[in-house]
Amino acid sequence: MPEILEHARAQVLERGVGLDEAGVLAVLRLPDEHLPAALQLAHEVRMRWCGPEVEVEGIVSLKTGGCPEDCHFCSQSGLFTSPVRAVWLDIPALVEAARQTAATGATEFCVVAAVRGPDPRLMTQLREGVRAIRAEVDIQIAASLGMLTREQVDELVEIGVHRYNHNLETARSHFPKVVTTHSWEERWETLRMVRDSGMEVCCGGILGLGETIEQRAEFAAQLGELAPHEVPLNFLNPRPGTPLGDQPVVDAKDALRAIAAFRLALPRTILRYAGGREITLGDLGTRDGLLGGVNAVIVGNYLTTLGRPAGTDLALLSELSMPVKALSTAL
Amino acid sequence: MTGTVTTAAYCDRCGGSLAEGDHGACAAARRLEPPRYCGACRRRMKVQVVPAGWTATCVEHGTLRS
Repeated sequence: MPEILEHARAQVLERGVGLDEAGVLAVLRLPDEHLPAALQLAHEVRMRWCGPEVEVEGIVSLKTGGCPEDCHFCSQSGLFTSPVRAVWLDIPALVEAARQTAATGATEFCVVAAVRGPDPRLMTQLREGVRAIRAEVDIQIAASLGMLTREQVDELVEIGVHRYNHNLETARSHFPKVVTTHSWEERWETLRMVRDSGMEVCCGGILGLGETIEQRAEFAAQLGELAPHEVPLNFLNPRPGTPLGDQPVVDAKDALRAIAAFRLALPRTILRYAGGREITLGDLGTRDGLLGGVNAVIVGNYLTTLGRPAGTDLALLSELSMPVKALSTAL
Repeated sequence: MTGTVTTAAYCDRCGGSLAEGDHGACAAARRLEPPRYCGACRRRMKVQVVPAGWTATCVEHGTLRS
């Protein structure tokens, strides 16, 4: 077994201490013949420090498109020639989406808006939407609304949002090549306020944004420093009309190496399969990831693209004897 | 899929004419994407994706549903 995996077994599996940047880089550089061993170790770490349960989540876009920011991967930026048009979801449709998500057994429902940060109209829509969902659907509500003020953080806590998603997206050193309309540090500041508020922090990113392997390791280490409750791991699905529209999809083995490496950096976090897994890894990749450190999935569709039917993922979890995390244990 | 668009002259992914070029890659991509352009008039549609489906509305030709 490679030295880095021996080291990870002693440090991460036995003591629950995540790998540092150099350790993550060593895992990302493992040759293909050692990938199964890395995934097996990552799976053991997940089972030891998180358990067999899988957290299931649905996501929905409350406000789609027309975003003033220039995140180069995103089809919802109003600055690119993307075909995605601006549209708002009304409250009855939001509640119905939450109801359908809960019917899959999911415990999490994340309400997302394509904005720099919420304006009063969006906060009002969210407040009314959360109130309506809580009145009719038994599910925990998360939100992702961009950068927040202190007052907005406090309001989200008050209305019952239990987790806030705000992705750092990529390594600090690579961020300026992906986003120019705001900084990595501004995102970090929102995350700091969210953490201080007592809300759970959900922070991950996208692999395949043109970052180097070294920057991938840097990103994992920066997430380790933040220690978020959840890390959603996306793989770039190149979107027509965006600056990264012609970027190649991440190689499947590199994606699996990254899953193992991020689990070994973050032994206790909820590591969620998010967007792009279908085109990066295909159907078999979902199984490989769930047996390689992933312990959460987004089921159904994403914000602007489609995912696997929820039933397909749930059948796989059943086959793998991985119970869906119940709401009673989530609360 | 249900809706009112009955004739398609344009690719619903890229908006190009179906009579010109190869739209095989578009068709393959559409397995994991909702339509973005009206097949009848190539207008960009208002598309709403939710966990269990999608709707795509053309102001002239109506709404498609997954």
